[in-house]
Amino acid sequence: MEPILTINNLTKKFGYLTAVKDLSFTINKGNVYGILGPNGSGKSTTLGIVLNVVNKTNGDFHWFDGNTSTHDALKQVGAIIERPNFYPYMTAEQNLKLVCRIKGVDHSKILEKLEIVGLLDRKNHKFRTYSLGMKQRLAIASALLNDPEILILDEPTNGLDPQGIHQIRQIIKDIAANGTTILLASHLLDEVEKVCSHVVVLRKGEKLYSGRVDEMINSHGFFELKTEKHQELLNVLEEHSNIGNVKVEGDLITAFLNEPMSASDFNKLMFDKGILLSHLVKRKESLEEQFLQLTDNQEPNQKTA
Amino acid sequence: MLRLIQLELQKLWLNRSSKVLIIISFILPFTVLILSSIKINFFGIFTLELGELGIFNFPIIWHITTFFAAQFKFFFAIVVVSMIGNEYSNKTLKQNLIDGLSKKEFILTKFYTIVFFSVCATILIGVASFLIGLYYSSYTEASIIFREVEFLLAYFVKLVGFFSLCLFLAMLVKRSAFALGFLFLLFITESIVYGLMKWQIDGDIADKIHNFMPLQSMWNLIEQPIQRIVMTKFPEKTDMAYDYAVHWYEITIVLGWTALFIFLSYRLLKKRDL
Repeated sequence: MEPILTINNLTKKFGYLTAVKDLSFTINKGNVYGILGPNGSGKSTTLGIVLNVVNKTNGDFHWFDGNTSTHDALKQVGAIIERPNFYPYMTAEQNLKLVCRIKGVDHSKILEKLEIVGLLDRKNHKFRTYSLGMKQRLAIASALLNDPEILILDEPTNGLDPQGIHQIRQIIKDIAANGTTILLASHLLDEVEKVCSHVVVLRKGEKLYSGRVDEMINSHGFFELKTEKHQELLNVLEEHSNIGNVKVEGDLITAFLNEPMSASDFNKLMFDKGILLSHLVKRKESLEEQFLQLTDNQEPNQKTA
Repeated sequence: MLRLIQLELQKLWLNRSSKVLIIISFILPFTVLILSSIKINFFGIFTLELGELGIFNFPIIWHITTFFAAQFKFFFAIVVVSMIGNEYSNKTLKQNLIDGLSKKEFILTKFYTIVFFSVCATILIGVASFLIGLYYSSYTEASIIFREVEFLLAYFVKLVGFFSLCLFLAMLVKRSAFALGFLFLLFITESIVYGLMKWQIDGDIADKIHNFMPLQSMWNLIEQPIQRIVMTKFPEKTDMAYDYAVHWYEITIVLGWTALFIFLSYRLLKKRDL
């Protein structure tokens, strides 16, 4: 696999505060990556370092094969961080022309990219007249101008209304479908879950996990169960070796598996024991549940779900 | 280099306030120059024609036009300061770097623009002085015309030095208005330090140190020409004689400051987390 970004033991300190601590990971071509972490976990700082706007304290990183300087590499990268930053007194088209000059790209791409984000009819309006959603879409158009090898998005849907969020996500999905590598930093788990194939989980500047989303934790899933014979079911679950934790919420019983077990095997077992289930669902943890489990595991004083 | 200048010119030219300021900084000195060169009739009582005073004679005209034109540098100084301040307040500096401009290129963009503007201003003043001089001057031999053209060089160096100082101050405080305040503060500080030195230590040494200070060194490049005009009228008053010539060491000092200001601006930007 062709590496696009390699980070080795990267550390950033702001005075006494360590924002990023000994972080290492590699981004390969063709995948959609998520950087996941609560606010203040070092996502934006990490992106700031690789994008040449924040100075690292220790460690190193390199783009592509490591033979291009960072600012030259950035000409093949499209990035949007935090808020869209443009010259308010210029129109959308003029702003994009400026970006073309910086990146050394031909002006011909401008209209094509404005079309993609649906701003073609507003191209002659000044940037300051745009709504936040439009500004964010212009930022995406700007990031796409050079047909980048990798698109970096930092909280792209922050502050947008539901319609805006939907538009941005649709654009990201379309871009990903074209085979562009994407690195998406977010604290919104469903966002990452919907778009990403790989994930790096950060907490307080430290890496907790990096790898495929579906392999994030070693889990065999869980059953959600309902029955008339509530107490009898609980007794059976307690005795069964495949079942670990059991959680009861009202009449809904959640049983976590220690060993793999199919829903039909479980149903047959219950039937043999004379318990008829009115509700049986086998599920894997959602990313949110996995994420909470992962971050909670690191804190000894909090109980694991 | 052309790419970087184009980049900055687009930023400046599309911004209405900087466009107006640039136009003013070019137009105003010329209006003054042209107004002063025409014959003004005051209601038939008397006519004022500055050309008759001999101030448009070669070679003194080089001295006079560059000195007065340099007083209008403040307009472009506002442009310089705001072209940094705006990049910070719009956060476009950050965006430029992310888009692939290096920090070095960013500073160079601003510096090239300063040099570009100074070249334009110098050429325009040079051409205008030459034409007005040809029209008014009593002497039109080439050897006299081109004597003291070094004032044009001094004018150019003075502009580049002054705008580099503005660039540095703007990089330092990130806000246009504060940068101009700092400039004023620097002016006052230089005067106070000079006054204190003159009071405490020998006046001669104080003068020498004063000549090395940034604003004073720029002022020294083109001394005020008023005294020289008076001298031409009263050649017998030898006590009025003073050294108004452009010296190589004066140019060197200002170029030294310029290099330092640009280097420090770059260092500041490199060290900073945006």
